Amino acid sequence: METQTLIYLFVGASFALYIGIAIWSRASSTKEFYVAGGGVNPVVNGMATAADWMSAASFISMAGIIAFAGYDGSVYLMGWTGGYVLLALLLAPYLRKFGQFTVPDFIGTRYYSKAARVVAVICLIFISFTYIAGQMRGVGIVFSRFLDVPILWGVIIGMGIVFVYAVLGGMKGITYTQVAQYCVLIFAYMVPAFFLSFMITGNPIPQFGLGSQVSDGSSLYVLEKLNLVLMDLGFGQYTEGSKSMIDVFCITLALMVGTAGLPHVIVRFFTVPKASDARRSAGWALIFIALLYTTAGPVGAFARLNFVDTVNETHYAEAPEWFTNWEANDLIAWRDKNGDGVMQYRAGDAFAGSPEFSESGVGNSGERLLDNTATVNENEVYVDRDIMVLANPEIGNLPGWVIALVAAGGLAAALSTAAGLLLVISSSVSHDLLKSTFKPDISEKGELLAARIAATAAIVVAGYLGIYPPGWVAQVVAFAFGLAAASLFPAIFMGIFSKRMNREGAIAGMVAGLTSTFLYIAYFKLWEPAANTAENWLFGISPEGIGVVGMVLNFAVAIGVARMTAKPPAEIDALVENIRVPRGAGAARVH
Amino acid sequence: MHCLGGDSMSEHEHESAAGESNSRYWTANIRLLLTLMAIWFAVSFGAGILFRDWLNQFMLGGYPLGFWFAQQGSIYTFIALIFFYNWRIHKIEQSFNLDDDDEVAASMEGGAG
Repeated sequence: METQTLIYLFVGASFALYIGIAIWSRASSTKEFYVAGGGVNPVVNGMATAADWMSAASFISMAGIIAFAGYDGSVYLMGWTGGYVLLALLLAPYLRKFGQFTVPDFIGTRYYSKAARVVAVICLIFISFTYIAGQMRGVGIVFSRFLDVPILWGVIIGMGIVFVYAVLGGMKGITYTQVAQYCVLIFAYMVPAFFLSFMITGNPIPQFGLGSQVSDGSSLYVLEKLNLVLMDLGFGQYTEGSKSMIDVFCITLALMVGTAGLPHVIVRFFTVPKASDARRSAGWALIFIALLYTTAGPVGAFARLNFVDTVNETHYAEAPEWFTNWEANDLIAWRDKNGDGVMQYRAGDAFAGSPEFSESGVGNSGERLLDNTATVNENEVYVDRDIMVLANPEIGNLPGWVIALVAAGGLAAALSTAAGLLLVISSSVSHDLLKSTFKPDISEKGELLAARIAATAAIVVAGYLGIYPPGWVAQVVAFAFGLAAASLFPAIFMGIFSKRMNREGAIAGMVAGLTSTFLYIAYFKLWEPAANTAENWLFGISPEGIGVVGMVLNFAVAIGVARMTAKPPAEIDALVENIRVPRGAGAARVH
Repeated sequence: MHCLGGDSMSEHEHESAAGESNSRYWTANIRLLLTLMAIWFAVSFGAGILFRDWLNQFMLGGYPLGFWFAQQGSIYTFIALIFFYNWRIHKIEQSFNLDDDDEVAASMEGGAG
């Protein structure tokens, strides 16, 4: 069967599966809508958490980033897994014992304050929308490249699917759909990885393959060869990286703490029956996540090696089909600077900015011409890092069904995360803003309806951001993690581990962490992008890592203010006592 | 109504004894957490970042050791840490009779009402 037919078949079948599950698991109460009834098996929840967590960024972009950043890419591998240790050990069991529906619920109740709850809702909505725009872009890329559908229709179809299972099914529908999506995405990720690893090293297990010798008879280890090849072309060594140690340290820590503070991840642990299940569930989630994350490093290295092998010093006329396919999608470009018809791939940017293809036809070798100003270095090739995972099956000459599988996997990753985010946005509106703050007399039915309307509105906004991505979206992904690290994590952590922390301290801390981090990132990413260099950074910490400073500030301000203000009331003392012990999660249901 | 739960039994008569055992449990938990968080820090920030250059002189197959910790080893250790904690804290909970073993899944119907 032709590859294109297979792609339609795989994507169509996976969509039908998601909708079928959604109809089977419709939510009928607010409890089912918010936390899937609170009775999800911890292993199942772990799998759903993994799908929720692994977004288009993990599936599509991460291995590509690692391929081009080498050691520096480790910040994502450690940062996005180490956060689960914080979740399992420091947050999840206590929040489950607390036993409500949302993250602002905990902050509002623990700090006996509607203001604290509203601050938490603001953090949550900002974090979630930043994140969701990236998912919709992922959906758009997959659709336009693999299904020959314009991005507009791609996003609309994606929105339609998410609408069905998120709005009807709520957390219950999302949970079981995410289990299916995890299976699709992990299978789609592992199959090409096995092929690649076997092709390059003779060992099909990528984690071992990367530590083995290249099977080209040179008896060089993969990383050794990669270092040599890259140095020849003027790049730095793959295993060394170029970021400063303090920056790597801070970015990793910000990503870990940010992960533990992300509302759509935390809320997954509200769906299991009891506190000990929340811990167990976090462990399983990390196993399912690690399967992909320990594979991403090898995939990145193999992809880079393959890319250099197939592209560098190749005549454009003989360029492989995937090269011109992605060129047609604006994500690869070649500028024949020396006019020899051969593609030279070297260190440095081939031209300034991202490619702007000119309308005036094609060059001497048939390549698409560019309007960008050429740079003076020898590099002639531009490649968008996001394509590496999607292009891998084609680069490795794998059969058509593997390509179709990867397309379905990329969509599964993007849709599962989008749905999880939509749910926390809608529940924070219907539950935290309406029910708990502005309209406490709303009926259960009314609240459920409000949750569905909020989810629908959030889908429309997310879709709009996907179709017309504002230029700043890619620039502000750092926001989501930095803000979660600087605002929500310290407030939740101190709410559990410090009985002395009070309303005044927590609010002051959140506001200090949030505003300082926000201003630092906005200054370097939005207002003065030209100044975004290491010399201008505070202590040499990039905007990606500044959440750590915001977090420290949050802790310092909160502790200082709490010392100077009144102790929390006695019932809060009892609440903290209660959440610290696992027994009684069923009884702890508030209302 | 605001009922933040608590044990269904011994609400009044054994309050101080229960508080005593709760706080001993909490101390044991904190001690365990500090140990495990130290390992968490050591494998990622220590081996993967701060001492990476020194560790890179050793090889694990074709992996320089510091690089391996940063991209593989730290992740395996994270998994081990979570499962070790779950096993150990469960023992501690049982010894203080604070575990949640006998609890059944919260009812699926209308628990939110």
